[in-house]
Amino acid sequence: MKFIKGITQKSSWDLKDSEVTPESVFNDRRNIIKALGLGALGASLPTSASAGIFDLFSDKKSTSQFVTAPLNFNPNPDFEINEHKTPINKVTSHNNFYEFGTSKQDPVDNAQDFNVKPWQLVIDGEVERPVTLDLDDLTKMMALEERTYRLRCVEAWSMVIPWVGFSLATLLNKAGVKAQGTHVAFETLYDPKQMPGQRSRRVGGGVHFPYVEGLTIAEAMNDLSFMAVGLYGKTLPPQNGAPIRLVVPWKYGFKSIKSIVRITVVKQQPPTSWNILAPNEYGFYANVNPMVDHLRWSQASERRIGEGGLFSAKRIATQPFNGYGDQVANLYQGLDLTKYF
Amino acid sequence: MKITRRNIFWLKVAMHLVALTPIIYLVLLVLSESAGGDPVQYIIHYTGIGALNTLVMMLLISPIARRFKLGPIVQTRRLVGLYVFAYASLHLMAFISLDLLFEWSLLWQETIKRPYILIGMFSYIILFALAITSIPALRHKMGRQWQTLHRLVYLATALIPIHFYWSVKSEIIEPSIYIAIAVILLLIRAPLKRLLSKNILM
Repeated sequence: MKFIKGITQKSSWDLKDSEVTPESVFNDRRNIIKALGLGALGASLPTSASAGIFDLFSDKKSTSQFVTAPLNFNPNPDFEINEHKTPINKVTSHNNFYEFGTSKQDPVDNAQDFNVKPWQLVIDGEVERPVTLDLDDLTKMMALEERTYRLRCVEAWSMVIPWVGFSLATLLNKAGVKAQGTHVAFETLYDPKQMPGQRSRRVGGGVHFPYVEGLTIAEAMNDLSFMAVGLYGKTLPPQNGAPIRLVVPWKYGFKSIKSIVRITVVKQQPPTSWNILAPNEYGFYANVNPMVDHLRWSQASERRIGEGGLFSAKRIATQPFNGYGDQVANLYQGLDLTKYF
Repeated sequence: MKITRRNIFWLKVAMHLVALTPIIYLVLLVLSESAGGDPVQYIIHYTGIGALNTLVMMLLISPIARRFKLGPIVQTRRLVGLYVFAYASLHLMAFISLDLLFEWSLLWQETIKRPYILIGMFSYIILFALAITSIPALRHKMGRQWQTLHRLVYLATALIPIHFYWSVKSEIIEPSIYIAIAVILLLIRAPLKRLLSKNILM
């Protein structure tokens, strides 16, 4: 494939036109019920469309649509994989982002009014040059590349997603990590006004906010660790962690923290949200590992969410480190991964 | 208030509508892609909650009949109970077909390994037995055993909210409320007075 630096190119993930739900149709999907003449049925029911009328608890949904913008980037051929990508409409409507609600469609329903401008990212702690970056400046400053990664959720489903962004190591190197730094701590925005899950315990599922995550320095400096500002060639939608998120593809999805406002290099292992909530179920490392079951389900296989309808999903064997063992297995030599899960 | 046969007929019609509407609604949600890009967990949760809510409604019938002297409405319990079974069946079918994608060995392993699935399966077996024996001919054949068997619904009532509570990742408020409801529904049935008076007599 030919490409010119700095210019967005068509890449292999481009689906044929016939395979893609037009954005307008997709955004309009609720109107299909109305178009069928069944709007009255929906309107007569006590709760809004996606809450499920059997759910005792539901919340107001956003009405407008968040606007994403095209990005300039180069595909990175080192991170192309020969697997079917998950269509964008599924990537952007099946999300775990408890700040916007606990069910999979809550984020797309509740996050469309999320304001990401202006957005500041603080890099501090054990670094030579602590800095507060405006996100627009940051995306201009970094050369953006596209990488296609497998994403394996701890709930045993998975996707294949083309992200746009830059490696975490390049960002950390700009700030200059001091020798005494051993770990990197990440923090999601805390803004209860915008994030209903942070306002109410029942919407937010009991997670202690702000959401925090962490990596060891070696993990953070590994070339796979990626800061994404976009997916499928455009800036991130809020439900996927706009405007900037981490992607660590060899770990379960909850490690890939969204909507980051602070990255702090620290001298000890930082607390991480799911580990605080249920330490027996979610460890600090959270490496994808088919040999170590979750307490409530097997991790040996996963439902790969691809193109097509409900019954077209496939159950495939889960790979150690989500198939990235060649790049990261050496980070854990001598570590008992059944104990440090 | 005197309840006529006609009243019961229309009450049953209304119950059918109330029980079926959410299913039609779910089908529309899924077809219009309003239940998320991959509505598998949504469908499993929706039908599970459906079974639980229908169970709660069924268990409210007798107390209401007693409190408001509406004896004949207990005739609707069979209908509502069969809907509990129908929702539970959809719930289990969704788990097997959409989540496990018919990997039967995985279903077996998961059932024996995971307490929440085990008690879910056990509750389903109870509901299955109750549904089968709701056929009038079988009921007559069973005589007094029928009543004994159907008391198992109280065991299912105790187990199903626990199944829900153990299955969630962190959102424990909703299952906790169902556990509280189940406790209340069971307590108002507990033959406390009878037990107490028996103890005193003995």
